Amino acid sequence: MRIAAPLLASILTLIVGSIFFASLGHDPLPTLYAFFVEPLSSMNGLSEWLLKASPLILIACGLAIGFRANVWNIGAEGQFTLGAVAASGVGLFWPNPESLLLLPLMFLAGMGAGMAWAAIPAFLRSRMNTNEILVTLMMTYIATLFLSYLVHGPWRDPAGFNYPQTALLPAAAMFQFFDPAYRLNSSIFITVVAVLLMWLFTDRSFLGYKMSVSGAAPLAARYAGFRESAAVWIGLLAGGAAAGVAGMAEAAGPLGQLSPQISPGYGFAAIIVAFIGRLNAFGIVLGGLLMSLLFLGGEGVQMTLGLPSALTRIFQGILLFFLLAADFFIFYRIRLVRPATDTHAIKAAR
Amino acid sequence: MELFIAIFTGTVIAATPLIFAALGELVVEKSGVLNLGIEGMMLMGAALAFWAVTAGCSMPVAIIAGALAGAAASLLFGVLALTFLTNQYAAGLALAIFGSGVSAFIGRGFGSDPIEALHGVNIPILSDLPLIGPLLFRFDPLVYLALAMFVVISWFLYRTKAGLILRTIGESPQTSHAIGHPVIRIRYMAVLFGGLMAGLAGAYLSVAYTPLWVENMTAGKGWIALALVVFATWRPLRVLLGAWLFGGMTILQLQGQALGLQVPSELLSALPYLATIVVLVLISRNRQMLALHFPASLAKPFRPAG
Repeated sequence: MRIAAPLLASILTLIVGSIFFASLGHDPLPTLYAFFVEPLSSMNGLSEWLLKASPLILIACGLAIGFRANVWNIGAEGQFTLGAVAASGVGLFWPNPESLLLLPLMFLAGMGAGMAWAAIPAFLRSRMNTNEILVTLMMTYIATLFLSYLVHGPWRDPAGFNYPQTALLPAAAMFQFFDPAYRLNSSIFITVVAVLLMWLFTDRSFLGYKMSVSGAAPLAARYAGFRESAAVWIGLLAGGAAAGVAGMAEAAGPLGQLSPQISPGYGFAAIIVAFIGRLNAFGIVLGGLLMSLLFLGGEGVQMTLGLPSALTRIFQGILLFFLLAADFFIFYRIRLVRPATDTHAIKAAR
Repeated sequence: MELFIAIFTGTVIAATPLIFAALGELVVEKSGVLNLGIEGMMLMGAALAFWAVTAGCSMPVAIIAGALAGAAASLLFGVLALTFLTNQYAAGLALAIFGSGVSAFIGRGFGSDPIEALHGVNIPILSDLPLIGPLLFRFDPLVYLALAMFVVISWFLYRTKAGLILRTIGESPQTSHAIGHPVIRIRYMAVLFGGLMAGLAGAYLSVAYTPLWVENMTAGKGWIALALVVFATWRPLRVLLGAWLFGGMTILQLQGQALGLQVPSELLSALPYLATIVVLVLISRNRQMLALHFPASLAKPFRPAG
């Protein structure tokens, strides 16, 4: 049953998508083909599919740990940005650009920066009772502005024709490509490990169980002596670490340098991925693959049919709408009841 | 003096979209529903109002179109949160993402040309008064509408029976349902009203505040409005004061950039977001103050039993 809702939601999204395309005057079938099938019909398409799914899955795994405990980190986009910034900083300015330690150091820097960025809302929520939704979101705007400051100012490549971007990262700071023709690189192994870690944590550890109880039944958790602040810290730091690493992998993979726009919205889309995956490690893998296809399809129809890439966000929203609605039909039994007309009681009252 | 007038009027204008959006959300939250999708509803309102102007509609029609777009968007949220009893956080987020996508889609052909902005009013005698005229009587009509909405909403919530029922539903929907109040229907009306106000806020941005189309032009104003409601501890007057505070922050930041302060412009742009965090922290530390006017059933789905 838990799988039925995402499946149903995907099918309904497809149907709405077809109607939408038809209303724009595009024949729905070829458009859907261009959106969902064509991207996967070439090696390059498959490489891009996995390349985009990887950060989505990675971030969603981290976020889901928090969501399970009702900790709403919706600022993964900012933690992603900070992770990319810190990792690129190490990559660009480390004294020995050929050091084998460079990539591991960048990994640590990215993870640390993501965690640090998430630690601020964690501290404010656990010590100051401040709503983490709003704080994580505000910190996303601040992170984007910080990145913009760096690439327009101190980190701008002097040889870059005044473009707001940094110099290219040295070769030792980049993940290994599987094939020079495609952008897919060895950073997907990080995601694979993260999925396994997430599964171990949520399904096989006592701490993970405590987190789930805090989310499902806060009062029971408090009664059992599980500390709420621990759930807040772990939830936010897990999301921050995952998003920071994803940012690092993006910088040290497909991007190779920083520019003002480094994320096509992975941090926000990962929230939807976590929900589609039912906050479960393997569900998230499927959800990430689906969401990645939406990103690819959006780019595809932009190029082939001239439709705007904003379609991706529309489909993301519709998918989540349908998923949430489908849950209702799965968790509740619908019964038609007539409005109560208890004439006896009314008579008795008279 | 010129500078003072510029800062004062700028503050009032910058605060106007926040007043609309935050007052709308206040009513929604007072009924016990948390709609995180303000940003999405504002963007849809902004896009539709802008489109209406470029399509040749008159200003009032365009603004109403924007408000209705916000209401239509809020209906999506309402169906999910109220009929399908979904997690309100998730439904609101979905609306925020969806709205940003739809607005970008509508706005794909807008180009970058500005439109003629909403004019300020010209009241005989009053608008021509020295000092007081430019300070108080030359704003565009929506500024006055926002203030009128403040009066109406304060009166409605605390001086009418319907307002009392709405607040009761926000405190304890079970009790209200037992007395016989139509909880779901009233919550729907609150959500629609919130959408209308968010749509107005968006329309104000695109046809009056910065009369040109930029993708994601709200730049977090919907989320700041959400923070304002918390900052105001769910009281209308504080929403108004908070909006002016943030409006002032925005204007000081713009003035600072214009004066050429030796600070990176990004730091100045980050000020409203930083201020939101600081303000939230200061308010939230005091749990008692927060709990006093907090609608007790906020974000909890309600299903009439039996």
